[in-house]
Amino acid sequence: MAAVQDTVEQVRSIDVDQYKYGFETNIESEKAPKGLSEEVIRFISTKKEEPEWMLQWRLDAYARWLTMQEPEWARVSYPQIDFQDLYYYSQPKKFKAPKSLDEVDPEILKTYEKLGIPLREQVILAGVEIPEGERPKIAVDAVFDSVSVATTFKEELKAAGVIFMPISEALREHPDLVKQYLGSVVPATDNYYATLNQAVFSDGSFVYIPPGVRCPMELSTYFRINEKNTGQFERTLIIADKGSYVSYLEGCTAPMRDENQLHAAVVELVALDDAEIKYSTVQNWYPGDAEGKGGIYNFVTKRGDCRGRNSKISWTQVETGSAITWKYPSCVLRGEGSSGEFYSIAISNGRQQVDSGTKMIHLGKNTTSRIISKGISAGKSNNTYRGLVSAHRKAAGARNFTNCDSLLIGDLCGAHTVPYIEAKNPTAQFEHEATTSKISEDMLFYCMQRGLSQEDAVALVVNGFVRDVLQQLPMEFAVEAQKLISISLEGSVG
Amino acid sequence: MAPLLEIKDLHAEIAGGRKIINGMNLTINPGEVHAIMGPNGAGKSTLSYVLSGKPGYEITGGEVIFRGVNLLDLSPDERAAHGLFLCFQYPLEIPGVSNMAFLHTAVNSQRKKRGEVELTSPELVRKVRELGKTLGIDADMLKRPVNVGFSGGEKKRNETLQMMLLEPYFCVLDEADSGLDIDALKVVSNGVNALRSPERSMLVITHYQRLLDYIVPDVVHVFNAGRIVHTGGKELALELEATGYAQYQSEAA
Ligand SMILES: Nc1ncnc2c1ncn2[C@@H]1O[C@H](COP(=O)(O)OP(=O)(O)OP(=O)(O)O)[C@@H](O)[C@H]1O
Ligand SMILES: [Mg+2]
Repeated sequence: MAAVQDTVEQVRSIDVDQYKYGFETNIESEKAPKGLSEEVIRFISTKKEEPEWMLQWRLDAYARWLTMQEPEWARVSYPQIDFQDLYYYSQPKKFKAPKSLDEVDPEILKTYEKLGIPLREQVILAGVEIPEGERPKIAVDAVFDSVSVATTFKEELKAAGVIFMPISEALREHPDLVKQYLGSVVPATDNYYATLNQAVFSDGSFVYIPPGVRCPMELSTYFRINEKNTGQFERTLIIADKGSYVSYLEGCTAPMRDENQLHAAVVELVALDDAEIKYSTVQNWYPGDAEGKGGIYNFVTKRGDCRGRNSKISWTQVETGSAITWKYPSCVLRGEGSSGEFYSIAISNGRQQVDSGTKMIHLGKNTTSRIISKGISAGKSNNTYRGLVSAHRKAAGARNFTNCDSLLIGDLCGAHTVPYIEAKNPTAQFEHEATTSKISEDMLFYCMQRGLSQEDAVALVVNGFVRDVLQQLPMEFAVEAQKLISISLEGSVG
Repeated sequence: MAPLLEIKDLHAEIAGGRKIINGMNLTINPGEVHAIMGPNGAGKSTLSYVLSGKPGYEITGGEVIFRGVNLLDLSPDERAAHGLFLCFQYPLEIPGVSNMAFLHTAVNSQRKKRGEVELTSPELVRKVRELGKTLGIDADMLKRPVNVGFSGGEKKRNETLQMMLLEPYFCVLDEADSGLDIDALKVVSNGVNALRSPERSMLVITHYQRLLDYIVPDVVHVFNAGRIVHTGGKELALELEATGYAQYQSEAA
């Protein structure tokens, strides 16, 4: 009930003029030579002590990537990226995979503490007051530039049979599992950025939940880009074996820099029979300044494969950061009776450009999907929802419900909805609802007449607008997300 | 005794457009209830918006002193915190925001601006439930999004609830009776009457004398073409009901 109040409180207590995560950590790093080449890929593979097949897998992708064109269909524009002017690998100097938290560089621990992601195991995400004892545990994998620097709660998870570790480590400890699933959802042929990722990806998280296990805590990865001119290419692979369940959270931030930085991640999810994966993202990469200088280019491929019968994958995203967001978390509904969900809040302000949405590919019988998308545009930003819902010939009884709402704040921003619908099976039922509205002056005045400041009024109205989606987030993240939403809209009216 | 509200030669127009308020004067002392009656389009709602600071109007002359401050210098939320409440003719809907959360935010925003201690959730919930009971507002209506899907009568009861909770010094009620059935009219009037006190004043805008049977005014004004053209006691309302506004319209012209 007091959630809205909390938001208002939190907004007040925060210095909103600044991207609060924009600080830089001074730490020496070791990088691969600048630019992209076979040598650089070999360098990365050697650093990671990878098996030969892995190197080959990367090189195949690289060869393919060289023949590919950067996609141009999204409603985003940016200067040509010079892929030779980037570093593809950066790790803190003297880095040795830590065996325990005590071995993690204190500078890095401090960085995560400042970000509100303490890596001590007894605490959770900062800013949330929950009485001791009732605090949910969250295991964190912290990725700093190209490497995973710490993973918490390893022992407790191990006892439950859950594997949660950096993917580089999983390659050594569970090579068969990795080999079986890696690239099975997002193949090398998929798209320009995914193929690039396959060639140069550095680290990311690996999760395996054994049959029948309900993961005893939330798992989360926190990505931090620190180095200048460094791309981040992480790869996450989550496998939920038969009848298992896992909820996974992802957060990200970067320092404020004048140059744009590239982030091209791949996330693959596999849900076997009766398994469920809930994947939540709070994306808060540096969005650039009000004039559009700097910020992260976020080109991300996320896909879930509902491979088993009655499996379920749900994506929830709160996108507030990045100069450019190009992202379509999707579900391939292969197993009979499987279901996919996509809940999204995408906020753009300043000069941000967002082109995001989802794909629900119905392959199996009686598959269902649900899409709830809330786009909020302010400032001079552009916000596009792009979604595909398709039912293949064999997908008898496929059903989708889509609801896309856009809210405009001010006169200089844009909201666009681009739905693609393909039904090759006559029994498929697709429903699509869409609305676009402007934040109403009358509504703001009504709130202000009751005592709310203009900013609080905007935050309140927007929080109401996105409520359906916020409710999908795990509680601790919902609070973070509300806070972020309010901060992102700072200065959007008046 | 200093007046609670003083409107002096107020002129206002729609930004870049027509002049609506035309040299209006009005003094309201603490504890008084004034009624304003007048034909459609006379500028009554506009007056309420100008007093409460709605954007889109330009003040071209005059001043308004409210509890010792120059009201027109304040932002709408500051005016609210200083004790001005507008009961809307058409209350707005706020999807996704629960009524209770809205009340909580409103009360504490005002308290904070005034440097008072804020209400805790349990304190607020208790208070709101008690007031709700007197207005026939149940727990379900408190959970629902603000005014969304409320009937006309429910919206007016909800406005009254907000007013009772916020305890303003000065209430402007713009057609608080429109869309109310007889029972709801009594409920809302009882709420308003419960708020009457020696410190608190009201400006009741209405078309119908019936409301004034329930909320009995000290003074009745006839408002036309953006200013007060005639003032009398509560019997004036009865008179108007019989004769209409014709004589005052010529007076204004
Ligand atoms: N935003 C606006 N733009 C244009 N005209 C306006 C605007 N607001 C008010 N008016 C005009 O100003 C005049 C006064 O309107 P107002 O709503 O104040 O009248 P009222 O006395 O409240 O009428 P009623 O009894 O019908 O409620 C009307 O002619 C109305 O059309
Ligand atoms: Mg009116």
